[in-house]
Amino acid sequence: MKILILNSSNEPIYQQIVHQLKEGILKGRLAAGSALPSIRGLARELHISVITTKRAYEELEKEGFIETVPGKGSFVAVQNRELLRKKGLAIVEEKLAEAVSAGKSLDISCEELSKMLHQLYKEV
Amino acid sequence: MENILEVKKLRKSFKNFALDDISFTLPKGYIMGFIGPNGAGKSTTIKLIMNLLKKESGHINIFGMDHIRHEREIKNRIGFVYDENHFYEELTLREMKCIIAPFYKSWCDKLFDKYMKIFKLPANKKIKELSKGMKMKYSLAVALSHDPELLIMDEPTSGLDPIVRSELLDILSDLIQDENKSVFFSTHITSDLDKVADYVTFIHDGSIILSATKDDILDNYGIVKGGTDLLNDHTQKAFIGIRKNIFGFEGLVDDRVKARNLFKDNIIIDKPNLEDIMLYTVRGNQYAQSNH
Repeated sequence: MKILILNSSNEPIYQQIVHQLKEGILKGRLAAGSALPSIRGLARELHISVITTKRAYEELEKEGFIETVPGKGSFVAVQNRELLRKKGLAIVEEKLAEAVSAGKSLDISCEELSKMLHQLYKEV
Repeated sequence: MENILEVKKLRKSFKNFALDDISFTLPKGYIMGFIGPNGAGKSTTIKLIMNLLKKESGHINIFGMDHIRHEREIKNRIGFVYDENHFYEELTLREMKCIIAPFYKSWCDKLFDKYMKIFKLPANKKIKELSKGMKMKYSLAVALSHDPELLIMDEPTSGLDPIVRSELLDILSDLIQDENKSVFFSTHITSDLDKVADYVTFIHDGSIILSATKDDILDNYGIVKGGTDLLNDHTQKAFIGIRKNIFGFEGLVDDRVKARNLFKDNIIIDKPNLEDIMLYTVRGNQYAQSNH
């Protein structure tokens, strides 16, 4: 598992952790049931505050990506494929919305945007 | 959450300086950095907590107990690192330890040996032969050898090079791997806190300016930059401190979202660090005055 923190990023550090762990889970790099580092251990490794890692884990727990068993630690939650796909779709939608709002601020028409999307779909 | 240290309306006056009813709390299991410029009241506060100075009024509770009524028990559970060397220079590290150990009920020689080894300290050298960084590590080894639940340090990093400072921060991180341990330390080197601190308490002129989790502070505060034409009596009120030059202004706000709503797309907002927050708060009024 890889977690890289960018201090200069505008994204708060806890969100960077949330995103990277989520991505690992959605892409299957972190298998259901596998153990995550402890909140305090992760803080020490990343040289960040315990409150930051705690908040990241609480967020992931709230969204159902991980489970915390008192006294045992945190684990990747067991989820069904349907749910994972739904969560994945939500992420895609979020990113597309970003692209659309960037396009709108440059007065790019819906038609032009779709063209770009089609082109990119073939290329990527 | 259980509080390990509670300071309530603490007051102490001197001829030219007063701690003005300061309050803050440190929950168990976390590191709190106590920052402020020289002469802000950091050492006075720590001396009052340790009962090395008599408070005038207010309450200090440690482990939920009054710090004077239960002084003996509390001090057995606290590790304290002073800002200056307070050991006998002519003694070796081991000899000095033998003098200090009997003061503590729960002193553990094994733990002392462990820290001496981790910090790479030479037990048979005289204290006066140690470098500044090694003296600090020795103080820390002594302070940790009775396995304290709360570590209190007054300016432990001042005068140390960045490498030793970073080693110290690692030690603190290691220490709070045990969630029953907490750390309270003062510093005027704010970059020490940018990383490991969970809570930050900022004192200036004997008053607490802010006391909150570091994440909350850094997520909400912002440095707003824009053209001076945006500033008027109304908008200027949004800033804690402001600095103008011929090309524009830079100002600190404690609510980035509010600033964005106020100025819309006419400004850029930069992320501040704790040093920016300290500088703008302390010098903010001076800036404002010099520009009027």
